[in-house]
Amino acid sequence: MLKRVHFPTSLLPYLLVAPQVIITLVFFVWPASQAVYQSFLIEDAFGISTEFVWFENFTYLAGDEQYLGSFGRTIFFSVCVAVLSMSAALVLAGFADRIVRGATTYRTLLIWPYAVAPVLAGALWVFMFNPTLGIFPYILEFVGVDWNHYLNGSQAMALVVFAAAWKQIAYNFLFYLAAMQSIPRSLIEAAAIDGAGPIRRFWDHIFPLVSPTTFFLLVINAVYAFFDTFGIIHAVTQGGPANATTILVYKVYNDGFVGLDLGGSAAQSVILMVLVIAMTVVQFRYVERKVEY
Amino acid sequence: MTMKKMLLAGTAAFAVSASAAAAQTEISWWHAMGGTNGERVNKIAADFNASQSDYAVVPTYKGNYTETMTAAVAAFRAGEQPHLVQVFEVGTATMMAAKGAIYPIEQMMADAGEPFDGSDYLPAVVSYYQTPEGELLSMPFNSSTPVLWYNADALEAAGAAVPETWDDVKAAAQALVDNGMECGFSFGWQSWVMIENFSAWHNMEMGTKENGFAGFDTEFTFNNDKVAARLQDIADMQGDKLFVYGGRRGDSLPMFTNGECGMWMNSSAYYGSIKSQAKFNFGQTMLPLDTTLADAPQNSIIGGATLWALQGHESDEYKGLAKFMTYLSSAEVQAWWHQETGYVPITTAAGELSAEQGFYETNPGTDTAIKQLSLNTPTPSSRGLRFGNFVQIRDVINEEMEALWAGNISAAEALDNAAERGNALLRKFERTAK
Repeated sequence: MLKRVHFPTSLLPYLLVAPQVIITLVFFVWPASQAVYQSFLIEDAFGISTEFVWFENFTYLAGDEQYLGSFGRTIFFSVCVAVLSMSAALVLAGFADRIVRGATTYRTLLIWPYAVAPVLAGALWVFMFNPTLGIFPYILEFVGVDWNHYLNGSQAMALVVFAAAWKQIAYNFLFYLAAMQSIPRSLIEAAAIDGAGPIRRFWDHIFPLVSPTTFFLLVINAVYAFFDTFGIIHAVTQGGPANATTILVYKVYNDGFVGLDLGGSAAQSVILMVLVIAMTVVQFRYVERKVEY
Repeated sequence: MTMKKMLLAGTAAFAVSASAAAAQTEISWWHAMGGTNGERVNKIAADFNASQSDYAVVPTYKGNYTETMTAAVAAFRAGEQPHLVQVFEVGTATMMAAKGAIYPIEQMMADAGEPFDGSDYLPAVVSYYQTPEGELLSMPFNSSTPVLWYNADALEAAGAAVPETWDDVKAAAQALVDNGMECGFSFGWQSWVMIENFSAWHNMEMGTKENGFAGFDTEFTFNNDKVAARLQDIADMQGDKLFVYGGRRGDSLPMFTNGECGMWMNSSAYYGSIKSQAKFNFGQTMLPLDTTLADAPQNSIIGGATLWALQGHESDEYKGLAKFMTYLSSAEVQAWWHQETGYVPITTAAGELSAEQGFYETNPGTDTAIKQLSLNTPTPSSRGLRFGNFVQIRDVINEEMEALWAGNISAAEALDNAAERGNALLRKFERTAK
């Protein structure tokens, strides 16, 4: 038990946290409460005729095939992005951890993509994969792949998964590398002396030892795929073709800002808010505690 | 002076570069014209400001059509709405239903004592934006209509004539592909071109209640055998690359301009882009006729945007706005705008002035859009569309048509799905528009 230290009561700590509290209230709690209120309304775009409908917007969503389809798609998308970006980052970090010469250069280069804004990342991939002008469709033609993500939903999905995963590799890499470097060298050396090769050492020692990071990144990546990929989707496919890449967060935007269906869009954003709160709770309650160190 | 007004004044001084005297009444104009067209919008405002000293029109670029409309909606909810906002044609029903938010142009002109004669305007252009009683709600600004663009060199090399009917299109596409082209034809804005205009062109309604003009309780009828047969035929042409789908909106433009596709159906307003990008002789002609559906075409319908006046400002400001409307629709301004951009002129006088100036002689084909629009007096099926939630409905149509092009469903299924999903959105709108 730690000894409690008593300070005289002072206004100072309250003053110091006040800006943060105000920011939270103004930029999170207030808009969130507005969204909750809005989700109970059916109204026209200009807010001239408003009808309070309780949970009608939610029950509509529960029976809306488009919405449910988008839910499944979002989960698929998130799993793909998380697995792809985390495994790539793990492999890269494994190599970067072993390397001696030019380590800083490699690390810097691997971290670079993280500084690219999602929309710009999307724009890069749009140019590379444009069916008419892009370099990749041109190359793919030689191996007999007819690339047209404007028409082919699976190709469009693959494209946004790659773009979103690529963008996130840098972030994951950073955390994996830090985790690997915090593993005591003596442990790895002991394994090496016992005759374990690099691959064996990686799977039997490094991989289990970075598992807290893996769990942490899993949540972060899920949140990233759920929410932060809007820019990429918007730049690359705009949710198309035939809704093949319309994930939940894109549907919120599309229904609210394009379709001006504010009630329905608010209901969707409330659901997303509940999801992200749930994920955060999971992270704090289970992931932090149940991982074997 | 509040911060906002100072910012506005700053924008005015920057964008208009006119001397903004303190006595001038400012009129804010939110628009969605980026790039070169944005500069042209600024020029129109600057010229108007220079022509008189009482009012200063301040144009502000607010992003694309959707963003501009959303910005205006949000501003209205916050009580900060501009005087004038540019809204695309599919937003018409939403704007129209917002009775307390909009100030119908014709009424505003009358209240301000500004002369206005509806018969000066091209019927096919203004009919889209009139009430059933014929009152003009918003001022047409940039209007265009889909035409058939063709690669004249490629057609000549393939020995094909410029198509007039769908059979011709098919034959020409075959000839082009046989001659080594990668694709016969393509189109963009598919809901607008292949459903909305295809229906109007053959004088078929696409929804009950005069395409929604006569009431919000309208239902879609575009899921009929006629449209389905045409779309199925096009989908079947994909096998031989006679037709290749190239994406929504104008995404397929490069396929035409880099010589992959020999024909392309899309807005007449692509004239400027095609002119600067195509390295071959090109032309534009009227949309093809489906001879199984009609002996002669009816008229095509427009796309583009109009200017809506919003409520909640001083009457003196509306007086200035009314004067600006008169200036904007003057023959000189309209003829200039039309010739520079490829949008159709909104008044008959502007078209005649362009003809007098010899524009159509030096730029053959540029009058195709006007010819198409004024081919016949618009009927209830061809005057335009007034469907609520149409922005979303167009997306629904896009999605279902993409499923058709991908070969997942048949044309009849695609149209039935689109109509069913579209009707649900119409009912949702009907409920809020009471």
